[in-house]
Amino acid sequence: MSASANTSKNTLNITKGINALKQQIDAPTAAFFSSCVHCGLCAEACLFYTETNDPKYTPINKVEPLRRIWESEYTLFGKLKKLLGLAKPVTDEMLAEWEPLIYDGCTLCGRCSMVCPVGNDISGMIRKVREGMVASDHAPEGLIGASTRAIKIGSPMGIRLKALKAQIKHIESDTGLTIPIDVEGADYLALLSSMEIINFPEYIESLAKIFKQAGVSWTLSSEAFEATNSGIQIGSSDIARELVQRVVDGAEKLKVKYVISPECGHAYTAIRWDGPNLIGRSYPFKVVHILELLDELQQSGRLKTSGLLEKKLTFHDPCQIVRKGGVEAQPRRLLAQVSSQFVEMSDAGKMNWCCGGGGGVSANERADELRLKAFNRKKHQLEEIDIEVLVTACANCRLILEEGLEENNMDIPVVGLSELISDHLLEDNVVEGEANE
Amino acid sequence: MELFSNANDFLLWTRGDAFNIAIGIFIVGSIIRVLEIFLLGRKHDFSEPRGTEWGPGLKNIISRSAVDSGTFKRAPFVVVVGYIWHICFFIVLLFFVPHIELIHATLGLKWPGIPSQFVDASTVIAMAALLAMLWHRLTHPVLKFLSTYEDYLVWLVTFLPLLTGYIAFHRMIDPYPMALGLHILSVELLLIVFPFTKLMHAITLFIARWYTGAMMGRKGIES
Repeated sequence: MSASANTSKNTLNITKGINALKQQIDAPTAAFFSSCVHCGLCAEACLFYTETNDPKYTPINKVEPLRRIWESEYTLFGKLKKLLGLAKPVTDEMLAEWEPLIYDGCTLCGRCSMVCPVGNDISGMIRKVREGMVASDHAPEGLIGASTRAIKIGSPMGIRLKALKAQIKHIESDTGLTIPIDVEGADYLALLSSMEIINFPEYIESLAKIFKQAGVSWTLSSEAFEATNSGIQIGSSDIARELVQRVVDGAEKLKVKYVISPECGHAYTAIRWDGPNLIGRSYPFKVVHILELLDELQQSGRLKTSGLLEKKLTFHDPCQIVRKGGVEAQPRRLLAQVSSQFVEMSDAGKMNWCCGGGGGVSANERADELRLKAFNRKKHQLEEIDIEVLVTACANCRLILEEGLEENNMDIPVVGLSELISDHLLEDNVVEGEANE
Repeated sequence: MELFSNANDFLLWTRGDAFNIAIGIFIVGSIIRVLEIFLLGRKHDFSEPRGTEWGPGLKNIISRSAVDSGTFKRAPFVVVVGYIWHICFFIVLLFFVPHIELIHATLGLKWPGIPSQFVDASTVIAMAALLAMLWHRLTHPVLKFLSTYEDYLVWLVTFLPLLTGYIAFHRMIDPYPMALGLHILSVELLLIVFPFTKLMHAITLFIARWYTGAMMGRKGIES
């Protein structure tokens, strides 16, 4: 491409980017920017700052492109400054410089939003900046690839229905259980994350066992089995909308009453909170997180467990499920049923530290080195309590934790909570297939 | 041409025209800033709420004043000095008897003051806190990185009323009307700068805290 063609392409991109950023400005954003006093506390809440000591990772700095647009376009004084040529513009170079801060140095974990003394939802604004980044062609390769696969193939990891069916067949022959697919009129439609299909198929097996015991009418959908949403991670409402629409169409076709969000953090945010707003209407079904459902089944006596895991263990709260999703008490009630030595990490619950791989960071190879550095925060937390088992409820967290632990020579197995529950189902109710083994 | 023939004229001007101009800019400017926020509105949220918005929003306005213990351990200076500064500032602003008299004369509201030696001590502590915060801003890597000219301008216009108030109270400038005039002028400077800078946080933090608390309440996250 010639230099002038390049320039005009960049001009077009930056115009698109700025327009996308403008569309993100709302009353909360304006209130947040009006209130920031540059106290710097958000830096202390961010694992990318605490583990690198590099001030550029200060959360409020990451949203500077959005702040400039807000100031110069939505405030009287800012407009005056712009008129006098005193405003700092958002340029293509600026967005290129900010790209690694927005995608590599932020997992959208939301800790900064909990700490800000004036109450700014900074991580919510970083999500908004990503919309401008995508529109101006400044998203990382890894995430572009994942989003493209999600749209074209149906899964960010490129997993097709065939692969899922192979896993199902495998589980069915191993356990004698039936994994229902496309059962119209079932109560629950279970969604899966690609990572569960490929790396942790024990999740599917756990669901089958638990639902059989609890008598839950459920199904998978051959058209809508993927719960993850790369559009949410890369920050493209258009992509996110299309992926949510697939799930909604699948659920409506099977006429289910509930959709179960799996052990995946951002999938919950995508389908539970963002989804209805992306498609512009409320759903005819309810969305529950698997932990909410398991807790409900357990509370109502339909899910019975026996025996306690007598190992010292803790629970890693996935950011999107706990801090940003409000599912905090459920995993603890469930763990109390199956473990005798549960301990909390420091800052557990809604103030938990991210594994470092959320918000699309794990799909962005460029960020690998930084991510492993950020993992030191989790390492410190775990070292303080000296545990034998680490339980979590997000396949992505699980993979990132396993990798981080291995990198640091920490020999701690990581287990999904649903799997742990299914391992402790009351013997009497164990399915025939397993009893025959 | 001399602007003021004597200190009394200067004091009268600061209490008259200058005061009206400053208050006018402060009020009109602040109203515009708040309107600029609310007129942007929020999109309707179609997701099924787990909790309510109003209660958690209001609760967050209060509860956000407390910091979580982990962050406190990481940044005790910002938290402690921040608290000291704000508390002493409000003691000086709201409980110095002449200030109460001014508020009474302007707004008709009245409450008891506290002995002036306590106000005097609060002034000194508030100034010390501001100086400590300035030092922190100039030396801490994050604050140095974040700070712009506005942060230092805001620091200056906040510090001056305390300094001039202290000078006037202790009669450190002669004649007294000059000292008092300078104090009033410095407050007017603060009022004029207020709507154009992050001093606005004194108003907008309630809005910001409410929005975030409401968003969290909706999702059933305790704020």
